[in-house]
Amino acid sequence: MLKVRIIPCLDVDKGRVVKGVNFVDLIDAGDPVEQAKIYDLAGADELCFLDITASSEGRETIFDVVSQTAEQCFMPVTVGGGVRGVDDIRKLLLAGADKVTINTGAIQNPNFVQEASLKFGSQCIVVAIDAKRKDDRFEIFTHGGRIETGLDAIDWARRMADYGAGEILLTSMDKDGTKSGFDIELTKAIADAVVVPVIASGGVGTLDHMVEGVRDGNASAVLAASIFHFGNYSIQEVKTHMDAAGIAVRSV
Amino acid sequence: MSKKINRPVILDYGSGNIRSVVKAFENVNGGRVLSTNNPSELASASHIILPGVGAFADCKIGLLAFSGLVNGLIEQVIEKRKPFLGICVGMQVMATLGREHGETHGFDWIQGQIVKIKPDDIDLKIPHMGWNELVFHETIHPVLSGLDAASHAYFAHSYCFETIDPKHVLASVEYGGLITAIVGRDNLIGTQFHPEKSQRVGLQFIENFLNWDGT
Repeated sequence: MLKVRIIPCLDVDKGRVVKGVNFVDLIDAGDPVEQAKIYDLAGADELCFLDITASSEGRETIFDVVSQTAEQCFMPVTVGGGVRGVDDIRKLLLAGADKVTINTGAIQNPNFVQEASLKFGSQCIVVAIDAKRKDDRFEIFTHGGRIETGLDAIDWARRMADYGAGEILLTSMDKDGTKSGFDIELTKAIADAVVVPVIASGGVGTLDHMVEGVRDGNASAVLAASIFHFGNYSIQEVKTHMDAAGIAVRSV
Repeated sequence: MSKKINRPVILDYGSGNIRSVVKAFENVNGGRVLSTNNPSELASASHIILPGVGAFADCKIGLLAFSGLVNGLIEQVIEKRKPFLGICVGMQVMATLGREHGETHGFDWIQGQIVKIKPDDIDLKIPHMGWNELVFHETIHPVLSGLDAASHAYFAHSYCFETIDPKHVLASVEYGGLITAIVGRDNLIGTQFHPEKSQRVGLQFIENFLNWDGT
């Protein structure tokens, strides 16, 4: 039986792990290389590494930090931030990434997702969606949440899955960093709209939130950052709690 | 850790998570791992590994793009019977035929075809992505040594291997029906999952492969 994945996320800015609330007010949360090592030993199911200011500052992902971080991991590593072309993907794979996430690059050029999935396979291409409630719908934002696109999140998720995205990394910008739980309505709407797996992200503060993302939001994986980085909960505690709630997880 | 001198050669044909694969083999083998697209390097290989992330046709085209690589592979793997490991799409190209993005002929080393996963539960997501529990059919193969019944491995794929001969399937996973997880015959072995990304279980598998002489 396929297990629900628990994914710690490293939001990296200038080579350090940071964490903000609603994508701003970043505070330092440690060294990505050390954190990756800890999560690999703890039995995390995957690691997500996001170079969060790559697009907004218009520079390439910091390949050396990716490389040092991935070196510690024998679990899948997904890397995102500033991925614009197939050359970026090849460079990240050479640096030790197993999958890449595309966010702004997909919005600027949706065909890039098709091109990337044909070349590297759908399983390598994750499309990241940062969505925010606006009026009575969910809208996509880019550049770390600074630019609105007018795109409807559900329509966009469907289109990206049609274009060959193998997975959707869905972040609620309203919930991110608030520790008030996932946006379940958003998560469920996207998860039910696409055939590909959806990773729920943004808002985890308690162990019950992780359960809700899967049980109520229909997510295939749950991603969290600060609850792990600041030692509130271990990977094992999350897995024990989810198992007790009847959700199948991989024991370590 | 193996005491004898191994010289694993990993084929790099321009796609896939090549660094991850090399790193996992280095971890087990103590650092002596070559990744190359040069067919002349295959002659000195003790073990040959074909990794794969990507589409079936791309993998095949990628291999054909390097002059002599396919012939070199056939010479070393089929004629000289060196231990061969195909990973994910690298395993799939051992099949007779791939049906991803049209029809593409594989090496026909293990008869069968590569078809889209069709789970009998429509709620199951495609790709089949994440950690799934191996169901062993064959437990005495040297590369499976030390892997216990509850072993989990990491999968990421939308197509799967349907072999003609069920004896060629050493392990499966349950995903709305059984999906081939490990194939093998003689000196050939292939995994649908990614041993390089399967933590302890994957590293054990790689160590077993490097300790295996293909018989």
